[in-house]
Amino acid sequence: MAKGTVKIVVERCKACGFCVEFCPTKVLALSPAFNSKGYHPPHMVNPEKCSGCDLCGMYCPDFAIFGYKVGEKPAQKEAVHES
Amino acid sequence: MSEVDFECAECTNPVEPFLRSERMPHIWCPGCGIGTTVNCFTRALIDSKANLEKLVVVSGIGCTGRVAGYLKLDSFHTTHGRAIPFATGLKLANPKLTVVVYAGDGDLSAIGGNHLIHAARRNIDLKVICVNNLIYGMTGGQTAPTTPEHATTSTNPYGTFEPGFNLPHLVDAAGAVYVARWTTFHVRQVARSMQEAFKKKGFSFIEIISPCPTLYQRRNKMGDGLDAMKYYKQASKVKNGAPTGEVGLTKTGEIAVGKFVDRDRPDYRELMVHRFHESLGDEYVETGELVCS
Ligand code: SF4
Ligand code: SF4
Ligand code: SF4
Repeated sequence: MAKGTVKIVVERCKACGFCVEFCPTKVLALSPAFNSKGYHPPHMVNPEKCSGCDLCGMYCPDFAIFGYKVGEKPAQKEAVHES
Repeated sequence: MSEVDFECAECTNPVEPFLRSERMPHIWCPGCGIGTTVNCFTRALIDSKANLEKLVVVSGIGCTGRVAGYLKLDSFHTTHGRAIPFATGLKLANPKLTVVVYAGDGDLSAIGGNHLIHAARRNIDLKVICVNNLIYGMTGGQTAPTTPEHATTSTNPYGTFEPGFNLPHLVDAAGAVYVARWTTFHVRQVARSMQEAFKKKGFSFIEIISPCPTLYQRRNKMGDGLDAMKYYKQASKVKNGAPTGEVGLTKTGEIAVGKFVDRDRPDYRELMVHRFHESLGDEYVETGELVCS
């Protein structure tokens, strides 16, 4: 079973291909489908190989994709309040 | 394994809470590297558990200048070239702030070139993130001080003939305490360098070579953003500690990356406070924070 998976905000994608190219296990490919701006967003072609490493999320210049390990929440911004 | 939550409704992109979502999608072109540097920056903030109440991002003008407007942090978008002077004032008035200057090569090294040199010389405690796309992006692809020789630009249609700045060398010579260069291909290394810079006291400078497919790559027949990223991957060579005089960039040659400088020397405020105590004795009262009332 896959250790991780991704979430994609299709409408934000500009089809640069960074996530596809630099995914270490080649999980992604640009899909033939279009978003409303006419770009081809990525989809998972080898979902079982996803480790949830979030390299796709680090690369995506449009904040359209991120990866996470199944059963683990990605580290998030903590609200810091001065006492 | 039915208990495994594949969907994870509450899992969100780590960058999301840092964005002014209402301003998305941003204006950066497809394959532009600036957004990638923003990912690195937000991951570095998360991992270093930075106190976001005490952090300010200051930008100048240009494509990279938009960063200050897109980040949901205390931020200020200054006039062209003036990110460093504004940030200097902030830091001196409120020494507890972590002040990040997030700007492009044109803003930092041309219009704001003098400020860059003198902030490094004075060792003002600023974290300068310089996204270097080797050209003026927003204004139409003119030659910048960083454009490598032979590159074609809108103002040098027969190829640039003036020598470009080697920014790590410039800020090293002026006295920066931390100098690193990476490309947008090196996402983890960029995030790590940012974390190191957050910890450093004094003038820190991180140069990130980044694609501008619309103006630099296209005019030079160097493909799109992805082609630039592949070139960075293939042409980069990690040279930690390399003498900065040897890390100048050429149009298609090797890109020396790594941490070039990491040293310590007293910063501007430290020297100032020391001198005032020395000269004025008890008459001198240190101001910790200026508050508007
Ligand atoms: S999380 Fe990692 S393995 Fe999964 S698609 Fe993204 S880059 Fe590939
Ligand atoms: S990196 Fe982002 S913008 Fe580029 S193709 Fe992947 S999802 Fe789309
Ligand atoms: S003009 Fe260049 S630097 Fe500016 S957003 Fe487009 S690709 Fe990025």
